[in-house]
Amino acid sequence: MWRKFLKHRVAVISSVILIFLYTVVIFANFFAPYGMLTSYKFHTYAPPQITKINFFDKEGNFHIRPFIYRQVAARDPKTLRFVYEDDLKQKDFIYFFVRGEPYTMLGFINSDIHFFGVKEGSLFLLGTDIIGRDLLSRIIFGGRVSLSIGLIGVIILLIIGTIIGTISGYYGGWIDNFIQRIIEIIRTIPQVALWMALASIIPKEWPSIYVYLGIVIIFGLIGWAGLAREVRGKVLAIRRSDFIYAAEVSGASASRIIAKHIIPNVLSHIIVIATLSIPIMIIGEAALSFLGLGIKPPMTSWGLLLNQLREVQTLKHFPWLISPALFLVVSVLCYNFVGDALRDVNDPHSR
Amino acid sequence: MGLFSYIVKRILFSIPVIIIISIVCFGIIQLPPGDYADAYAAVAASTGGGSVSKEYIEQIRERYGLDQPFWIQYWRWVKGFPEGDFGIAMSLQGTPVTDILKERLPMTLFLNFSALIFALLIALPIGVYSATHQYSILDYILTFIAFIGIAIPGFILAVFIITISIFWFDSTYIGRLYSNEFIGEVWNMDKIIDFLKHLPVPIIAIGIAQTSNTMRIMRGNMLDVLKQPFIQTARAKGLSEASVNWKHAARIAINPIISRIGVYLPEIIATEMLVSIVLNLNTIGPLFYDSLIAQDMYLAGTILLVISIILVLGNLIADITLALTDPRIRYELT
Repeated sequence: MWRKFLKHRVAVISSVILIFLYTVVIFANFFAPYGMLTSYKFHTYAPPQITKINFFDKEGNFHIRPFIYRQVAARDPKTLRFVYEDDLKQKDFIYFFVRGEPYTMLGFINSDIHFFGVKEGSLFLLGTDIIGRDLLSRIIFGGRVSLSIGLIGVIILLIIGTIIGTISGYYGGWIDNFIQRIIEIIRTIPQVALWMALASIIPKEWPSIYVYLGIVIIFGLIGWAGLAREVRGKVLAIRRSDFIYAAEVSGASASRIIAKHIIPNVLSHIIVIATLSIPIMIIGEAALSFLGLGIKPPMTSWGLLLNQLREVQTLKHFPWLISPALFLVVSVLCYNFVGDALRDVNDPHSR
Repeated sequence: MGLFSYIVKRILFSIPVIIIISIVCFGIIQLPPGDYADAYAAVAASTGGGSVSKEYIEQIRERYGLDQPFWIQYWRWVKGFPEGDFGIAMSLQGTPVTDILKERLPMTLFLNFSALIFALLIALPIGVYSATHQYSILDYILTFIAFIGIAIPGFILAVFIITISIFWFDSTYIGRLYSNEFIGEVWNMDKIIDFLKHLPVPIIAIGIAQTSNTMRIMRGNMLDVLKQPFIQTARAKGLSEASVNWKHAARIAINPIISRIGVYLPEIIATEMLVSIVLNLNTIGPLFYDSLIAQDMYLAGTILLVISIILVLGNLIADITLALTDPRIRYELT
């Protein structure tokens, strides 16, 4: 099975990208050049510098170490907005493992070493937001919420979906009928509207972490319907096979049959559906936070970072604020490719 | 069973579903702790109106019956349905919900419908082309684009479309459905032209997400149909290639797409809500959002109910259309 998966080259690349993203996000304090909430008030809405990384200076000399010219702010006399220019006299070299803001990572690692950065001046690879916070750092920290919500949500969804799906398929009769009607009703109400309605239940005065958990639970509570239906179908098919009759005849209890014979047989199927549910939740969180119904500050997520673009004109002036969307797209794409490959590996006829 | 009795039975079957949905919708809207009166007090306090007196809050609560138990409130809401009365929108100075919906619903349906048509108009010809030119370079390119398009979620795609259009088009026509000076005016020539200029961005943003999927399905269907003997017969008769492809093959290949409208609708409605909120269009999306924030249960509940009903009806219409276009479909209730 593993070998078959390796044949799907796109899926392998996707899983490498996902592992990379999760690593960066877990060790966010180390990989982010600045803190999540650190703001530089003389760098509000600074444009991205990622295109300005140089190896050659303006005299044509080559430097083995990349550098940027220091970004200096001046005020536009008319609009009083900051305008940014490069100070061609100041070269700030970019170092790896550079000392910067001190942090405590994962609760026990105290350090001030960052993966990359400049020793003097500032480095805003993806620009800054309205109060001068580094967007790249915020994307890395926001990724913690965006990428974890899918994983935790999917666990809740798996537990509920598998239990209900198995019960429905195994017992059949009125229980099955009843559960199927509930699933139909859940699926009749448009998902986004349901998300919005449930997200508005979360009290506004709750701290960020509770809001986060609340959102995770909402996704778990709504998303199980699809999984339960698929599991039920599989269980129904397996239920009629000889080895289940054999187990019944030899006196195995229902719970033993379900746990020992049925679940292992539908497990690979469940894993595929779970993998494909994660991107849906990532998008769901992004959509809710984008609308201002999801994660709330001081926490941040990719969706909440996009929330700055609610005002269409903001985008026109500060187009780099769209960059969190690229991270969303990449992670969702990767999960979809991995999920599709897993499905192919499991069940080559499903296409 | 004839088509007519099939339709009647389908409608009758959807009534209990709608009743249960209405209970669920009302229940969900009622779930938040506190009620409209509390939300009203909070808004008044935060907008600098000072704290509202306890008596006034109690008055609001009594006027709208917010202190009654769930089932009584639910009954107050439901009993007006047969007369087209969906309660009053407390957050909009007590305007009847029906009046608000009358104003917003046609525009919502129009946008959703146009987006669906747009998606089909783009996707179907491309799908047919891809199938008839299978494994050509253009087919590969289109397949690649479609795969990316399927994986990118609709709402992000909509944000991208809006972004691109801001830089490419006249940005005064992005956001809202007509310019400020036409608000509250009757429809005249100027307003219609202005409206048409605002229209492309939302329609593309809403519809684009459905194109890649449809295109792939159409391609697959076409490939299946083109292998059938009757296509060979058509060719043998000496019909032109265009006539074979479009008149004979495409007409059959389109059937599964029609039955999929039930799948498209929820997605289109969801994207429409998000796009409308971003672009501040006067459809029910932003209204739903505001009413949720204000805990205006009659308004929010009615909207949730209405979009669920649109879905149920959409599925019904899709099934009927399929039954009409494909004579092989038997009218059976499963």
